[in-house]
Amino acid sequence: MQYLNAFIIGGFICAVGQLLIDKTKMTSARILVLFVTAGTILTALGLYQKIVDVGGAGATIPLTGFGYTLAKGAFKDVEQFGLYGAFTGGVKAAAIGITAAVFFGYLISLAASPKAKR
Amino acid sequence: MASKRKGKQTVYIQNPLSIISTAAIVGPKEGKGPLASYFDVVMDDDKWGEKSWEKAESKMLKETLNKIVNKSGKPMDSVNYLVSGDLLNQCTASSFAFRDTGIPFFGVYGACSTMAESLSLGAMLIDGGFADDVVCITSSHFCSAEKQFRYPLELGSQRTPTSQWTVTGAGGAMISNTGIGPYISCITTGKVVDMGVKDTNNMGAAMAPAAADTIITHFKDTGLTKDDYDLIVTGDLGSVGKDLCNHLTKIQGFDIEDKYNDCGVMIFDMQKQDAHSGASGCGCSAVTLAGYLYHEMKKGKYNNILFVATGALMSTTSAQQGESVSGIAHAIRIQNKLS
Repeated sequence: MQYLNAFIIGGFICAVGQLLIDKTKMTSARILVLFVTAGTILTALGLYQKIVDVGGAGATIPLTGFGYTLAKGAFKDVEQFGLYGAFTGGVKAAAIGITAAVFFGYLISLAASPKAKR
Repeated sequence: MASKRKGKQTVYIQNPLSIISTAAIVGPKEGKGPLASYFDVVMDDDKWGEKSWEKAESKMLKETLNKIVNKSGKPMDSVNYLVSGDLLNQCTASSFAFRDTGIPFFGVYGACSTMAESLSLGAMLIDGGFADDVVCITSSHFCSAEKQFRYPLELGSQRTPTSQWTVTGAGGAMISNTGIGPYISCITTGKVVDMGVKDTNNMGAAMAPAAADTIITHFKDTGLTKDDYDLIVTGDLGSVGKDLCNHLTKIQGFDIEDKYNDCGVMIFDMQKQDAHSGASGCGCSAVTLAGYLYHEMKKGKYNNILFVATGALMSTTSAQQGESVSGIAHAIRIQNKLS
């Protein structure tokens, strides 16, 4: 059931992205920013936590999940350090994701080179 | 008025002017398409032994020039001018390709309309008495063009359904005041047409109004009709732009549908090759003309062609600043027999 929920929630979020690519003129960069921002706002409103409770990784892995991590981290640090935490908490919580992306991205770029799809 | 001009945008070539040889080199994807057998070389990979896609594009141009000159039976020295363009910043694919040739060089930019633009200018050079033999050539490369106009391939960005696949290929022709045809007899130079299309992933829609405008102007200037042609072929409108061009000519009273096709639809198998809305790029119309169209004219399948290469005029900066995409189309009448 857990897997099915993750699949449905994750699939739904990706389907929204595909619809935006197909039906609007938005560039992929704008869709990316929209997803992260939407995740942050939905978390701040307390809605995204409910989606994560049902969908698990299906909700935390897509880009909206990155926004969720940012917002949750900010809330946590605000509790601890006050308003100052709003500026530190987000990136702190997302540090593992950001660093892993840079590190593994670099590693892969040494071994692989881009090609056109056949 | 200048004696060779007729109407608003059209000139006639007075002395017989032949396309005496052509050559086309394409990438692996084009080599799997329906026109594969008409190309001189199909590269086995996108880099063709070079370090970058840009270098590979220059190599395609250089090798295409060699093949064109070899097939013409004339020495390289006889080429009076090279007229060439591509899609890279400042036309470097062309200028770097020909830096060792020692042939006088005109770099031109007409986006994907470059093949017709270079042929137009080359033909005028010859008919003006300034040259005997001119090589007109152009290229595009999927990987370098994506980097230039959209996103680097490394981003792995999703493609939209209206997007077109830039052809990897170089094509060109030697035109000369000697030779026995096919002849370039008439040129209608397009004007910049802008209908306010802002989606850089929908070039076909941006170019279709320009194509329709040039085709209709050609008919009005010359008094010719679609019945004077076996084929009216646009450069790279793709399936979206082709439908639009058909529609736009029809509503203005020039129904060309039964004679009309588009290189961007012909070069790939639209069902099997995942090219979305079809092909684009300077190379698209260039290799289709140099490969398929030229050979089928030689065989006599086609005797009268209106070749209308189409270009979308924009840059990444103009797109980011919210400018619309302008279109342009240049038409060239190619005939097996001069009347």
